[in-house]
Amino acid sequence: MAVITVLEAIREAMREEMRNDDRVFIMGEDIGARGGVFLATEGFLSEFGEERIIDTPLAESSIAGIALGAAMSGLRPIAEIEFADFIWPTINQIVGEAAKVRYGTEGKLNAPMVLRAPQGGGVRGALYHSQSVEAIFAHTPGLKVVTPSTPYDAKGLLKSSIRDDDPVIFLEHKRTYRLVKGEVPDQEYTIPLGKADVKKLGEDISIITYGLMVHHCLEAAQMASLKNISVEVLDLRTVRPLDVESIINTVKKTGKTLIVYEDNQALGIGSEVSALISQHAFEYLDAPVIRLGGPEVPAMPFSPPLENMFMIDAEKISTAIKELAEY
Amino acid sequence: METNLKIQDELLLKMYKEMVLCRTLDERIWMLNRQGKAAIMASSQGHEAGQIGSVAALRKGYDQCYIYYRDLAVLLTLGLTPAEIIKGFVAKEGEPLSGARQFPTHGAHPEYGVINLSNVIATHIPQAVGAALTAKMKKEDRVIVAYFGDGASSAGDCHEAMNFAAIHKLPIIFFCENNGYAISVPLSKQMAVANVAARAEGYGMPGIEIDGCDILAVYETTVEAVAKARAGLGPTLIEANVERYLPHTSDDDDSIYRSSQEIEEAKKRDPLRLLREQLLERKILDLKEDKHIHESAKEIVNKATEEAENAPYPETTDFFKHVYAE
Repeated sequence: MAVITVLEAIREAMREEMRNDDRVFIMGEDIGARGGVFLATEGFLSEFGEERIIDTPLAESSIAGIALGAAMSGLRPIAEIEFADFIWPTINQIVGEAAKVRYGTEGKLNAPMVLRAPQGGGVRGALYHSQSVEAIFAHTPGLKVVTPSTPYDAKGLLKSSIRDDDPVIFLEHKRTYRLVKGEVPDQEYTIPLGKADVKKLGEDISIITYGLMVHHCLEAAQMASLKNISVEVLDLRTVRPLDVESIINTVKKTGKTLIVYEDNQALGIGSEVSALISQHAFEYLDAPVIRLGGPEVPAMPFSPPLENMFMIDAEKISTAIKELAEY
Repeated sequence: METNLKIQDELLLKMYKEMVLCRTLDERIWMLNRQGKAAIMASSQGHEAGQIGSVAALRKGYDQCYIYYRDLAVLLTLGLTPAEIIKGFVAKEGEPLSGARQFPTHGAHPEYGVINLSNVIATHIPQAVGAALTAKMKKEDRVIVAYFGDGASSAGDCHEAMNFAAIHKLPIIFFCENNGYAISVPLSKQMAVANVAARAEGYGMPGIEIDGCDILAVYETTVEAVAKARAGLGPTLIEANVERYLPHTSDDDDSIYRSSQEIEEAKKRDPLRLLREQLLERKILDLKEDKHIHESAKEIVNKATEEAENAPYPETTDFFKHVYAE
């Protein structure tokens, strides 16, 4: 088993799928000679050529719309949006169009496409290079939304996303790209979409989370264990479809739940998870379900103390764990 | 030369029959709306020569048409039956494009190569470019036609799509049916240039403005653009100047923004009348046959109306189907 970064895992997943299936191609800004601003497609132009590695004009709506048209006519495009903050012009083509292709044609057409974008903060990215965009897409039936946390997950989930017959929004936390390393099997594997993963077993408190926050939660869980608080960490991996069964199972086990996510807290993924818990596991709760999410400001500011105020870290999670443990 | 003329005569007569049928069907659907039986209708009256003349230049069932809501004649000429079309307007079971989930004429019919996904203006133009990209990547000689109105030509998606198609020399025709109005907004408030075709130069592709009521001009221009696209020589923007004889839709009142004199003036170039006169003059058609063509169209539409009205509404059992792959 090789130890690789999240970025390398993403690169490997795309390379393997492109080698396996000539319907797969990539389009996006700077993905050709530059290899992508984060180098996710480094070396791809020389291996796959200009026909399958398409440097596009700086026009996100058409990146999504052209990918959608290609998907509806039999190809499997991966459209890269350089930063998730630039994804908003695609909303019309993705939420308005791609999500409705199958339903609006009574299943005669479908849109097997992946829209990849690096998202999230804590990288001094300020308002327009730090946003988290999952909730907007996750609201829409017809779409799938994937938020991987580790190299193993990123590779297996991206391969499944490329093979999926419906549109998938694949949101990579850019801070995990080089920071997070992990073992990835040498042999081929995939991870099914819609299956959460228990990243750490525990007895007293469940943390439900995804993306970069998985790592901060694991760190906080480690700190809590020194105080004899046993924390279970459930990584959702995909936020649509949600793995309701795994969510309910962990809540039934511990009775206390903390939901951690970097995106704005209100009306976010945690709001839906919380509602599902109160509907399906109410009798098992020993404390109110707590959300620890992004604050009520529209985006993450630039200056370090301001950015830190927005970002959730192990320390903030530890405080929430302590409060919940004492309830 | 003589043979060519003979083929042309046959083609013109065939297109005339299609146009009569489409006009008869269109009038019937408008009536069904006024009777409270069809919830919404966007009439194609005045657009038919643009639509029928361009479809005639395509390989049916192989080339693909990304159409918009006013393209009744495209649907009819590509192969949908009047009964299937009316079923869409009365939202009945057996509607083939979306199972009556969508507005009439919306959805897809892959066998006929026709897609009308959305009500959001111009979103289909980049999608059509994506289909053209597929044709190029698969090395198929398929041609895509994106039909849109003058209103759509203002949308950002239209610009982005044309730019990309021209860069990659994709096999696509941008077919603008310019009727001079985006619902109520006249051309003078939509663009500062004289015509949509002029924009093509800015993308590096040919832009051709034609009389969209002259079906032969439409046909010949499209044939040339299709041949060019099929040969890998890139896209063409065709602007067909057509007329809109009825309000934007059955929910619109055009008397608020359009004078009756203007509409009467526009009717002087009614594509149906122009083609009829041409056929009579060239003795391709006589009055007796013309009468028969009209009666036959009426009969077809009567039968279709009856079939559609008698059809049941769709069951709700499949309401949750086709959200994701099953």
